[in-house]
Amino acid sequence: MTKQQANWSPYDNNGGTCVAIAGADYCVIAADTRMSTGYSILTRDYSKICKLADKCVMASSGFQADVKALQKVLSARHLIYQHQHNKQMSCPAMGQLLSNTLYYKRFFPYYSFNVLGGLDNEGKGCVYTYDAVGSYERVGYSSQGSGATLITPFLDNQLKSPSPLLLPAKDAVTPLSETEAIDLVKTCFASATERDIYTGDKLEIVVLNADGIRREYMELRKD
Amino acid sequence: MKLLDSTDSGNSSSIERTQYPYVTGTSVIGIKYKDGILMAADMGASYGSTLRYKSVERVKPVGKHSLIGASGEISDFQEILRSLDELILYDNMWDDGNSLGPKEVHNYLTRMMYNRRNKFDPLWNSLVLGGVKNGQKYLGMVSMIGVHFEDNHVATGFGNHLARPILRDEWHENLTFEDGVKLLEKCMRVLLYRDRSAVNKLQIAKITEEGVTVSQPYALKTFWNFNAFQNPTVGAEGSW
Repeated sequence: MTKQQANWSPYDNNGGTCVAIAGADYCVIAADTRMSTGYSILTRDYSKICKLADKCVMASSGFQADVKALQKVLSARHLIYQHQHNKQMSCPAMGQLLSNTLYYKRFFPYYSFNVLGGLDNEGKGCVYTYDAVGSYERVGYSSQGSGATLITPFLDNQLKSPSPLLLPAKDAVTPLSETEAIDLVKTCFASATERDIYTGDKLEIVVLNADGIRREYMELRKD
Repeated sequence: MKLLDSTDSGNSSSIERTQYPYVTGTSVIGIKYKDGILMAADMGASYGSTLRYKSVERVKPVGKHSLIGASGEISDFQEILRSLDELILYDNMWDDGNSLGPKEVHNYLTRMMYNRRNKFDPLWNSLVLGGVKNGQKYLGMVSMIGVHFEDNHVATGFGNHLARPILRDEWHENLTFEDGVKLLEKCMRVLLYRDRSAVNKLQIAKITEEGVTVSQPYALKTFWNFNAFQNPTVGAEGSW
């Protein structure tokens, strides 16, 4: 008798897109609020963005149960860090923690595609981009999720990012102002919504700067 | 469930894991209304394609503030009810004037479902959790792999495809009890026509700040004489 194969999958793709852009003294993190499964929409009002520390915000798309579990693990670890060090974790520190947490489950991964955005120790915007098993790098901007293939080429064009192969490495932080960057993000999502069925409903934008954290919303097409 | 694994000497059987469900319930629908939550489910439990059991209560109260509705494997639902019973019992034993609200119960269920999925031995259910505590209404859903969310209206299984669109069109804030029941009945009727595992015997449960009421089982009126269904093969000779 042959070994029985499982006929259920422990993973599901709940869709959605995330974007983050780093500026000279700000960071914009955005994600849509649609949660889907297969060809159905489960809910139109679901946040994929999670504030991990004062200067560090994460947006993740993929399998929602894993995303939520990952956010819980990181928030718990941050609380412990605060108890032990009496200060908030910096964004680069959280970046490393996220990478290690993802790799820890290398052989049963968190199906979660993440962008981490925030302000580094000098107050400059920083964005880290990850794959599902923890390989990461610091970039000037990034997009992950179902609409990433539509948005990334557009951001490459608009933000004229220097090649990551250059030596010495050129700073990828965008010269755009905060308002211009937010406008760019809105354009990205409006375009991605047109062609990606898993992106739409509403856009949630979080802006991190020296004054603190701010949240903004924009309606997207609901079809 | 056998817990031997392949590291036991001379034993080549592996840890048993849930492969498929046996006795299953179909859709559950939940909506928020003016005073609280309304939840509807039929009383059927199928054994594959046989409609085996017709008096199964798939909506149950949990503690003082919540209602749980389940679709999927009925034995797993009974297991979940036992765990929730224990949870509420220990909560009551603290005797501290505090009690678990629907948000807390939903979180507990999510953790339970996700952790079983991590062990490759899921509880084969989709659960709807609704309730009211301190005037705050709450309605959420958890699937067998731990996907969870809250919304103004939720449904499991076929309900997602057939009932949610009706609810998206006709649900609004501050539905009266009568309107809420009419809306749920409309959805349940569509499910009865189109879901082969539905039975015409349902219960509607209501939870408000005051408490829980589960209706007596009743049947919906159906109409099978629509013109389009008379002489169905007239346009296609030889079909059935």
